[in-house]
This record gives sequence, structure tokens and C-alpha cells, in this order.
Amino acid sequence: MAEVLVLVDHLDGEIKKSTFELLTAARALGEPSAVVVGPAGTAGKLSEGLKAYGAAKVYVAETDSADFLTPQVEVLAALVGSKDPAAVLIGVSADGKEIAGRLAVKTDSALLGDVVAVGAESATHSVFGGAFVAEAKWNTAHPVITLRPGSVEVENAEGAAVEETVEVPSGAGRSAQVQSREPVTGGDRPELTEASVIVSGGRGVGSAEQFSVVEGLADSLGAAVGASRAAVDSGFYPHQFQVGQTGKTVSPQLYIALGISGAIQHRAGMQTSKTIIAVNKDPEAPIFEIADFGVVGDLFKVAPQLQEEVAKRKG
Amino acid sequence: MNIVVLVKQVPDTYSERKLSSGDHTLDRDATDAVLDEIDERAVESALQLKEANDGSEVTVVAMGPDRATDAIRKALSMGADKAVHLSDEAIHGTDAIGTAKALVKVLGTLEGTDLVLAGNEASDGRTGAVPAMVAELLGLPSLTHARELTVDGGTVTVRRETDDGVTVLTAELPAVVSVNEKINEPRYPSFKGIMAAKKKPVTTLTLADAGIEPSDVGLSAAWSTVTESNPKPPKSGGEKVEDEGDGGSKIAAFLVGQKLI
Ligand SMILES: Cc1cc2nc3c(=O)[nH]c(=O)nc-3n(C[C@H](O)[C@H](O)[C@H](O)COP(=O)(O)OP(=O)(O)OC[C@H]3O[C@@H](n4cnc5c(N)ncnc54)[C@H](O)[C@@H]3O)c2cc1C
Ligand SMILES: Nc1ncnc2c1ncn2[C@@H]1O[C@H](COP(=O)(O)O)[C@@H](O)[C@H]1O
Repeated sequence: MAEVLVLVDHLDGEIKKSTFELLTAARALGEPSAVVVGPAGTAGKLSEGLKAYGAAKVYVAETDSADFLTPQVEVLAALVGSKDPAAVLIGVSADGKEIAGRLAVKTDSALLGDVVAVGAESATHSVFGGAFVAEAKWNTAHPVITLRPGSVEVENAEGAAVEETVEVPSGAGRSAQVQSREPVTGGDRPELTEASVIVSGGRGVGSAEQFSVVEGLADSLGAAVGASRAAVDSGFYPHQFQVGQTGKTVSPQLYIALGISGAIQHRAGMQTSKTIIAVNKDPEAPIFEIADFGVVGDLFKVAPQLQEEVAKRKG
Repeated sequence: MNIVVLVKQVPDTYSERKLSSGDHTLDRDATDAVLDEIDERAVESALQLKEANDGSEVTVVAMGPDRATDAIRKALSMGADKAVHLSDEAIHGTDAIGTAKALVKVLGTLEGTDLVLAGNEASDGRTGAVPAMVAELLGLPSLTHARELTVDGGTVTVRRETDDGVTVLTAELPAVVSVNEKINEPRYPSFKGIMAAKKKPVTTLTLADAGIEPSDVGLSAAWSTVTESNPKPPKSGGEKVEDEGDGGSKIAAFLVGQKLI
């Protein structure tokens, strides 16, 4: 069976959930081979997880290079050359998209970006915030495919996870140098793209302090917290929580929008949520057009009451 | 410093966007077209660098249909000095790889470029791949998603801010930098700027002028092909109630009914 290269996304010795999704999706195309690029000692911590999700092989490329993303691109390009894989799968993130783009031009492969499903010969895109679904096929060998986190249900599968050490070729061109790195650490709440419930706040929340109303409700539901761009731009909430066209695309079971008008660019990031609840003072707010249940009212009255009800039910 | 800004004309995100039923490409006639908001920010960054570095020049480069001249004029009226427009019937349907390859050819027609600026992600496709691809093809350092950008002598420093955190990157010029939506607020063109833009030079190139093989661009050259596209029925609204002091309880009841809590 053909190999499928899966780039492992990891932080502090932990594999990101998106990687397990890639390993699951890869099985539609062939046998998953995990590719680990990182500082010395990385692979040891990851091998167990990769084994449990079906990696037949683990290519280990350890390097302390400060070249930004070039080691990943070069290692994958070399493996594409030597192993002739059926495809290369990479998770959608800023780094993932960049690695994919650079790899595609370097190996002259098709690039299928931000797909939500992978088949044997084609992949599915969800475009314009889910307004269209499109099927695309690749016209080259070893297509490079980036998969949107949260689109595939993870399945366990035992893999042999046979390790093979590979060289890190130095790039042909010049690379940007990493001077420092401050990863965002998750905190106690679920990841936005992985959460089954999200409570988001907009400009209507009014201030950073008052976002505690959004957080309180979120915590009672075990939910992630999101924000509109207006809320982020006003400094109410950090930008990695922005939902929408230029923020995250989410599709949870339940999305609760507090003080969000529902501009088209916000809806583009959340309108495929299964159930949408909106609270807004303005009965004309466009968010109500897509809300399964809407309350015209003051979020500072409605949200705490809902939080209380949820707490009561939990007992 | 010679700065080139890659700008793209995109459908206005405030209008409804469609895929055309024929070849599944973006139906550009169905929507208003504008200079992408993210590229306005890239132009703004270029202008700020120009203002801080005497003797600098800002050139905008766009690949797209004839009407992309509107986007080019907008960049010129903000203050860019000149423009190059790759415009050819044959580019319709070009994908990200083809776009990057074609832009690299256009960049090859310009001399002494120190810095290539771009938006991190166009609002029409969410590819967010072109700037890094251009850098890879040119063998230049790629510094993407800049929230802050400084150039000091021959060194560019970028504070790269993404959902995953902050990375500080440096590189020697020439380099490719893409900016994120938080980097600045783009200026509005002044009346003077709009008048001046009408006289600024815009070089229009065909594929042949730029040395691009027609077989390398367009739908037929695409590295991937969209075989099918379908609109998804828009979600419709459900029940809407006025809060009469029981709004929170009513939501709770609804969620219980849906077995969500
Ligand atoms: C290219 C581009 C990309 C964009 N990308 C994004 C994106 O990724 N994500 C995004 O969100 N936006 C994005 N936007 C911005 C978008 O157009 C809107 O400006 C933004 O979504 C508005 O945020 P908001 O709903 O919080 O604010 P507003 O539109 O100001 O709405 C605030 C709402 O709060 C209500 N309100 C006020 N007080 C209360 C109260 N006490 N109780 C209840 N309701 C109250 C008001 O009635 C109002 O409806 C983008 C725009 C552009 C041009
Ligand atoms: N056709 C084009 N003409 C000029 N610049 C482009 C074009 N396509 C993409 N770009 C540049 O690349 C950036 C990212 O676009 P994309 O990779 O399409 O998301 C844009 O913000 C532009 O700066």
C-alpha cells in the first residue's frame, strides 16, 4: 500500500489533536507515515501517541536549526522524492499552510488547501463560510493537502510506528531566523476548533472586564470562548479567539452569540454550527436570521440567568 | 529601498459570493470587486516604510482581469508610486501555484527589489499560500503574518502573530513579508492622492511580456481541478422571543428540548 506522509504538529512533547485527525484521514489514501521534525529528543515523547493512531512508520528528523519552517519543508520534500507517497497531509494552521505552500511549489505538486474531507482521488472544500461545498481532484502525483481541524472524527488504530531517522537537508534559499517564540498555551478551556460548545461575545459585551459574563456562561457549559472581530479590535479579548472570515472557522454542536450583530464576515466562520443561539438588544440584528433560538434582550440579564439554569440542572 | 506590494482585487466580502456553475471558479461578475482589505494594509505598511526611508519607491503588482485596474488605482491614490498589472484573458482560473509562479515572473521584470510585501491571506479563497510560495520560488526568506514590521539597515524584523502564538523573525533583505489584519489602519486616499494617481505610471503586461508560458496558467494548467460545486441551503432562523425577564430560562428550556444540556 502506498505511503501517506503526515506532518506531526506538536508542542512541548504533546501531539496536537489535529495530527490524529490527519492520521485518521490518511487511511483513505494509504498507509500513514508520521513525519516528526523538531529539536533533539522530540520523537521519543511522541512515538506512543503516533502508534495508537495508526502510524505505520515514523520518520524522525531532529534539528536545532533556527531556520523558520525550512526544516519541515526540506524534510518533507526529500521524503516525497525518496518515498513517492500517495499524498502529504498537513493540518491547517498558519505554519501548516505555509509549509504546504512551499512544499507544493518545491515538489511541483497540487495543493489542496483547507479541505474538510479526503477521498482516494479527491478532496472536499467548504468555501465562503460553508455557503458552497466543492469537490476537487488533483492532477499531479503526491498532492499536498491541508485539512481543517475538527473536520474528521478521530479513530484509534494500532500502527507499527517503526522509526527511521532522516537527514534535515539545508534549504537552497535563505531562511528567516527565529529569534524567539511564545506559543499560546491553551488554558483550561477547550480549543475553539475542537469544542462542541462555544460561547462568543461581540462589541455588545462592552469591555474586557465584562467579558467575564461570556466566560462565566462558557465555563458552566464546559464551552470554549470566542469573540467577534469588533470585540478583538476593541481589545476586549485576545485575537486568537476571533471567529469569522479572518479568524477561526468553527462548527460546534452549539454556538451562543452574545452581543454580536452577525455581520457576513462573522457568520462565515460559524454559520455551519449545528444549533445557534443569539442574544441581542436589536431585534433587527442579522444574527437572528440564522439563529435557531433568539432572545431580543440585554445580554447582561439573559446570560447570567442562563448560567444559573445550567448550574441548577447540573445540580 | 525598493518595495513591491502584491495586491489582489477580490469580491467585496459584504456582498454574497458565488461559484459559477460552469467552471466552478469564483463568479467575479456576481459581486462588487474591491482592493482586498488585507492588501490595503500591506500598501499602508509600504508607505510607512517609504516615509521612514528617504529615496524609497513603492511599486504595486497585481495579476487579474482588466477591472483590477480599479484596485491598482486605489493603491496608487493611497500613495504608491507606480504599478505593474499582469492582465491576460488566459489567466482566468489560475490556482495558487500558478499565481505564485506568474507573480515571480512579473517580479523578475523589476530591478533591485529589496522587499516584497503582501497580505497574509486574501479574503476570496483563504489560501494564504501565495506569499510563502513566492518566497520559496525566489529562494528568499519568508516572514509571514506580520503584526509588526521594522526595517533597520539591511535587516527586516517581524513580529509574527498567529493563533498559535508569537514568533519574532529576522532576515537580511531582500525578503518577502506578509502582513496580518492587525498591523495597521490603512489611510484613506486624499483628494490630492486620487488626482495624482491618475498620472502615475501603470505598466500592463501580457503573459508574453512577462515571459510566462500560457500553458503554465489558467484553468487547464491547474495543478488541481474543481469537479463539482454545490450551494448549501442557507440556515434559516428559528424562534425569536423578547426578553421579559425570563430570556435565560427560555434558552435553557430550548436547550433541554434539543438535548443540548
Ligand atoms: C475583510 C473583512 C474581514 C472580517 N473578518 C471578520 C471576522 O473574522 N470575524 C468577525 O467577527 N468580523 C469580521 N469582520 C468585521 C465584521 O464586518 C463586523 O464589523 C464585526 O463582525 C462586528 O462585530 P460585532 O457584531 O461584535 O459588533 P457590532 O456589529 O457593533 O454589533 C454589536 C451588537 O451588540 C448588540 N448589543 C450591544 N449591547 C448589547 C447588550 N447589552 N445586550 C445585547 N446585545 C447588545 C448590538 O445591538 C449589536 O448588534 C471583517 C470585516 C472585513 C471587512
Ligand atoms: N492575483 C494576485 N495578484 C497580486 N497579488 C496576489 C494575487 N494573489 C495573491 N496575491 C498576494 O498574496 C496574498 C495572499 O493571497 P492568497 O495566498 O491568495 O490568500 C494577497 O494578499 C496578495 O498580497
